Amino acid sequence: MNALALLAVPGRRVIDGVRVLGRSGIFLSASIFYGFVPPFKLRSLPQQIDFIGTRSISIVVVTGAFTGMVLSLQGYYTLSKFGATGMLGSAVALSIIRELGPVLAALMVTGRAGSAITAEIGIMKITEQINALEMMAVNPLKHIVTPKIFAGLISLPLLTTIFDLVGIGGGYLIGVKLLGVNEGAYFGEMVRSVEFVDIYGGFVKSLVNGLIITWVCSFIGYTAVATTEGVARATTNAVVTTSVLILIMDYILTSFLL
Amino acid sequence: MRKTYNGLVASDDVTCRFRKGKVTVILGGSGSGKSTLMRQVVGLEKPDSGTVHFGDRELTSLSRAELYEYRKKMGMLFQASALFNSLDVFENIAFPLREHTKLADQVIRTMVKMKLELVGLRGVEGLMPSQLSGGMLKRIGLARAIIMDPEVVFYDEPTSGLDPISAGVIDKLIVDLNEILGVTSVVVSHDIESSFKIADWIMILFFGKKIAEGTPEEIQSSEDPRVQQFIKGSPEGPIPFTRTDKDFYEDILIP
Ligand SMILES: Nc1ncnc2c1ncn2[C@@H]1O[C@H](COP(=O)(O)OP(=O)(O)O)[C@@H](O)[C@H]1O
Ligand SMILES: [Mg+2]
Repeated sequence: MNALALLAVPGRRVIDGVRVLGRSGIFLSASIFYGFVPPFKLRSLPQQIDFIGTRSISIVVVTGAFTGMVLSLQGYYTLSKFGATGMLGSAVALSIIRELGPVLAALMVTGRAGSAITAEIGIMKITEQINALEMMAVNPLKHIVTPKIFAGLISLPLLTTIFDLVGIGGGYLIGVKLLGVNEGAYFGEMVRSVEFVDIYGGFVKSLVNGLIITWVCSFIGYTAVATTEGVARATTNAVVTTSVLILIMDYILTSFLL
Repeated sequence: MRKTYNGLVASDDVTCRFRKGKVTVILGGSGSGKSTLMRQVVGLEKPDSGTVHFGDRELTSLSRAELYEYRKKMGMLFQASALFNSLDVFENIAFPLREHTKLADQVIRTMVKMKLELVGLRGVEGLMPSQLSGGMLKRIGLARAIIMDPEVVFYDEPTSGLDPISAGVIDKLIVDLNEILGVTSVVVSHDIESSFKIADWIMILFFGKKIAEGTPEEIQSSEDPRVQQFIKGSPEGPIPFTRTDKDFYEDILIP
């Protein structure tokens, strides 16, 4: 009896967890499915791309520049021990394109836009705007979530590309202009070592991240407890869950793509 | 209809009928299950058991697409107005038209202006919902609810939280819409005075149960002490102030 009671709590947790997983899966498939069913909501897609993508550019540029700069600094220090500072360009480019670009760009977007997505949807729920959509015979998933998911799929690869380019530029500034690495070596090694799979892998990661951010943040907002505290808790929860998922998926994808 | 939330019975086998072209008011204290009942009637929530009939169709078993066809014949004014924060007044009211019709901008503008005139707010088209007072929000919400010329309009506490004049304006709009356009109206309220003014038929809910219904006169002269207590608003009477059946002394003495 006691042993059973001990199992009840973790058992409940597992059942709840599986249930959430299932519901969020249905939520995602429905939202994507509605993207292919007319009438199309073309009006809100550019708005969402602007919100998730365009307005994240400045933060992505700043973080990209400093990431490239610090990589260059650290890389130069390490490589100079082996007298291989000519490899700096390829070291910076590979780390950014394969790992740091997709992951850091996604984490920045999560903090900037992801939390806002959860809060927006949660507030629409509290103020009955979601019920109002239902009553006006407008599918709330299709109206609210579908454009966000497609905007994420479009924005993240572009933001990641910007991060990569600015990061490589920042690395160039420190490595070549400040530390005096040969310019030809910096770019030459980079072109020789970066392969198609590296770029392809980074692209796949950025797509997956775009999906995770918009999916998880929308779902958590949509299922938030309909009170002020409920939405506040959901917002924090969304940022933490999304960030952890981004890092876990990054590992999984890396192990597949290697 | 019956609906429970984690063991709490929010609708306790309630049967109700809303007659065409009439104003029916569902009265009850806070938490008596008025909103829950209305959400089931319009299909925002499924009852645990029971059915909803609209004309000759049963609504609880419809697919989403079929239900949406019926929703186009319904309008709803929400307790919190539920206007979209991101759209201005004009776009809020025009929203259902833009979603469901291919009308030209000029036609949409005319229709929106007509509804605004009806609720007495022509001239605020360009304002955002955050710039409006509570009473104005309700009226804009009402303009949006009737933009598709629905057959039935549902109102969730249309006058609560409003000053007496705004409340009076809303009451008059409900009556006008009913008399001029023949709209069937279902009003959820705890405002006794306004209910007696506008209702053709009144239903009183008490902890999820229907305890009385009838014309305003019948309710007024009801002999049921619970009904009398409710319409007079007295704290003493057969309707207990607390929700639990447990005796207070037992509750504090026996942990
Ligand atoms: N989504 C919900 N989850 C749990 N309990 C609810 C929910 N909605 C309503 N209730 C409960 O059901 C009862 C009736 O609520 P409601 O229909 O909102 O009352 P009213 O509109 O008459 O004030 C209340 O006790 C409320 O706490
Ligand atoms: Mg209510």
